Amino acid sequence: MKHKSFFWFVLPSSIAMLLFIFFPILSVLLQSVFTEHEQVIKEVRNCGPFGCQTTTSIDQEATAALREAEPLGRFVGLGVYFDRGHLALSEVAQLWRESAGLGAFFDRLLNLPFYKAIAFTLTYTFVVTPLTIVLGFVIAVAVNSAARAIRGPLIFVSLLPFIITPLVGSLVLFWMLDARGIIGSAMQVLADDPDLSVKASTPLMWTMLMVYGVWHSAPFAFIVYYAGLQTVNQDTLEAAMVDGASRWERIRYVVIPHLLPITTFIALIQLMDNFRVFEPIVSFSAQAHATSLSWAIYNDLSGETRQLSSAAATSFLTIIGVAILLSPVIVRTYRDFTRK
Amino acid sequence: MASKAFRKPLPLQALLIFFLVVWVVMAAFPFLWTVWGSFKVEGDFFSKADWANAIFGTRTRAETGDLFTGQGYYGAWVQEEFWRAALNTLIVCAATVMISLTFGTLGAYALSRSTYRYAFWFLIIALIFRAMPPITLVSGYLPVFFDWNLWGHLPTAIIVLVAINQPFTLWMLHSFFNNIPKDLDESAMVDGCTRFQAFRHVIVPVMWPGVITTALFSFLLAYNDFAITALVLSKENQTMVPKIASFLGTTQTKGNVMFAVAAVVSVTAPLFVMIMFFQRQIVSGLTAGAVKG
Repeated sequence: MKHKSFFWFVLPSSIAMLLFIFFPILSVLLQSVFTEHEQVIKEVRNCGPFGCQTTTSIDQEATAALREAEPLGRFVGLGVYFDRGHLALSEVAQLWRESAGLGAFFDRLLNLPFYKAIAFTLTYTFVVTPLTIVLGFVIAVAVNSAARAIRGPLIFVSLLPFIITPLVGSLVLFWMLDARGIIGSAMQVLADDPDLSVKASTPLMWTMLMVYGVWHSAPFAFIVYYAGLQTVNQDTLEAAMVDGASRWERIRYVVIPHLLPITTFIALIQLMDNFRVFEPIVSFSAQAHATSLSWAIYNDLSGETRQLSSAAATSFLTIIGVAILLSPVIVRTYRDFTRK
Repeated sequence: MASKAFRKPLPLQALLIFFLVVWVVMAAFPFLWTVWGSFKVEGDFFSKADWANAIFGTRTRAETGDLFTGQGYYGAWVQEEFWRAALNTLIVCAATVMISLTFGTLGAYALSRSTYRYAFWFLIIALIFRAMPPITLVSGYLPVFFDWNLWGHLPTAIIVLVAINQPFTLWMLHSFFNNIPKDLDESAMVDGCTRFQAFRHVIVPVMWPGVITTALFSFLLAYNDFAITALVLSKENQTMVPKIASFLGTTQTKGNVMFAVAAVVSVTAPLFVMIMFFQRQIVSGLTAGAVKG
């Protein structure tokens, strides 16, 4: 394809991505090193019959003028990144000096908002991803062994948790988990504890968020594995059997090697998607027990006072996290491409 | 199927069937439960006395004299004006799908036909964009949208969703176009077509299966989005998903959580229909990237 026609064909798409993905990244970076101007304080001397008094008040006009003149705010460099809401360097250093042991240190570290968010995000990502893969694989094997006539309906039902809007799917689950809902009351009976409630217990809340995560994404792994199982070479399987391979050996040496590249694909997609975990925390109103990086950004942006530079700093730290997670994908795609 | 190699021993078969039953219940039961419960009063859906009330509708019968009640739906759709949100969702989704497919087919066609190295880098950059959580971009949008008075309007949300959709659309359509033989459009060009004419008259008529599959996923992305629509749209222009989230804040205290339940069922219904009609396309779309490696 000629350079010129390539240019015209990709132009609309490039403009959209340039304006609404690339520039916003720069804007996020820029905002994260600025913060809003402090209010201008003026001193007023009031002289009355009983002597003079100095009072301080906010100079609204001067504040507005300053904000108008420099809309980005004042430059603080990495200040926002290091403040209490983000990396909290001084607080961490203080905790390190004061805490008796490592356990106590981590306990108190998780009270800092950013570390609390990153702890849950990483736990969620690295617990949900492998469980999703295992569950998806088992469903695929089970569906594959079912009679052909019922596979269609089985796939239909299995797709439901994945296609459903995440906010809605997690709400549906949360209502059942409510202390007055069906699963919630069942858990109370099973644990023999009438006060058991997901809303009140941090470990239970974490578990349930991860249960939701696996429930939501297992169908994706299932569908991909199921398609992979259809393409296993039947001749190789039969040949292995003729050569006397047992059932396990056939799975180990024929099926699993065939599914390995598919597994890397699922794992990478799942890592990317689980890292942005957000909606279930809103649905479960879990913020007291678990927050995530995406939730922290949302929280900064949705309040009455939008904390743009704080949200921008969290956003940029999240992008760095994604970049670290993504590096294997890029390497792999690059190798695939150069092999062609 | 009949081959002996694939016959499983009985205990294994029984275990798989048992597992399948458990999974089907796990996947379908929450939805059946919520649909059934949405026609009950709150005292039944969240029953303090006995969970079985939700099935038999004891309180519903006591309060309304009937086994089923449409109160939740009436409250959500009429009282809280959920229809407005539904209309907004319809506009946003239709526009997003159409614009992102127009941009996407043009771009992906060029990417699949270009043999130069920059096409590859273009795709890699799109992949990086695809990996970034969309919510990280929102703090980049807001100051500009506020300054230029763009914040809160449907077209703003549409164009943002189109842009966020682009990387995914490009990747998916790119792999579909790769499967359309190059000879087709090249022979048209030998016959005197320009590149665009070849695309218009030769490629467009055969690209629909791929486009429909991609359209389904673009639709899902726009329909399921919460992060962007919640932060970019004003209250009057809210789409369905943020509207449900706002129910949680306001009506839970009023004791009208049933509005949210009815709204949730209303949001799920179109998706249900969509899977029913397009199951094959959804499955092929999910596997398109993976099976090819």
